[in-house]
Amino acid sequence: MDLRLRSIALYKELHRLGREHDPAYNFHGKLRRLFEKNRELTDPVEIERAFQMCEYIKQETLALYSLRKYRHLRRVYPPSS
Amino acid sequence: MRPSAVRLLNILVPVKRAVDYAVKIRVNPQQTGVDLNVKHSMNPFDEIAVEEAVRLRERLKDAVKSIKVVTIGPPKASETLRTALAMGADSAIHVEIPESAPAPEPLGVAQALRAIIQREKEGAGVDLVIMGKQAIDDDAGQTGQMLAGLLGWGQATFASKVEVDAAAKTAVVMREIDGGSEEIRCRLPLVVTTDLRLNEPRYASLPNIMKAKKKPVEKLTAAELGVDFTPRLETLKVTEPPTRVGGGKVESVDELVAKLKEAGFSAV
Repeated sequence: MDLRLRSIALYKELHRLGREHDPAYNFHGKLRRLFEKNRELTDPVEIERAFQMCEYIKQETLALYSLRKYRHLRRVYPPSS
Repeated sequence: MRPSAVRLLNILVPVKRAVDYAVKIRVNPQQTGVDLNVKHSMNPFDEIAVEEAVRLRERLKDAVKSIKVVTIGPPKASETLRTALAMGADSAIHVEIPESAPAPEPLGVAQALRAIIQREKEGAGVDLVIMGKQAIDDDAGQTGQMLAGLLGWGQATFASKVEVDAAAKTAVVMREIDGGSEEIRCRLPLVVTTDLRLNEPRYASLPNIMKAKKKPVEKLTAAELGVDFTPRLETLKVTEPPTRVGGGKVESVDELVAKLKEAGFSAV
């Protein structure tokens, strides 16, 4: 896929994910800064590494959300009751 | 009756829009209910139900003909339907009630769902209803059982594992019960209510969220279904639980022992 399109798609996806993040963490600000930092990248290997980083952050954030929800439910509705 | 070559499953998943699990619940000053001007999302148990329906399709492939989600709620509940559509449902029904109306009670909801299922019968019918065991806002945990009772269908509540045999029209469900689990075999049509350990709901991806905007949502009213959502219960007062009294630090073991004795604890 075109690198530009791919990075925009990743940014949008992460941005939407960030909506549910704790506002104190400033997910959107960090996301923007990281993307701005990498805007000048030209080496394909480096760009690919940045994409991998994005995917990694996406997976971790998703895992964080599902764990957060599961833990909350587990606490509120313990299995023994 | 002529047996059809392929038996196809139609799944109905009722979902509820509830106050988000992460929100701190506050009682309103009039003590008539909780503050509803906060973030809402789909009831987590219903998310598990939607996920299970989608996973059934992934497992059984074409045997699952349709996954339909239905919600009863104010106009904003359509967001919840879109979430469910983004997770993989095909179409949706929104039974709209006015913003100011009191929340419908389990019996009303079960009657509405029965009306919807009877309406569906003219088309493809419904073979399987998968719903959350309870909603995290009122914690009634009655709708699934009431629906099964009204329809005269089998029910498999608190499911922690669901296996459906589409050809034989049976399902084997593992249920969470006190002190263990129970495996039951049921004939379809069936009402399944989901427990927490059934699966981990997926997070809808952005392309799927976009696609969900084009999926059909049918709007109905209570009058069209011939049901009445007037509450049969009257809420007298809603209050917050007593606040927790904080603990204290002790300097030494002797002090701790003294305090424990004071509180009525003794060795053995």
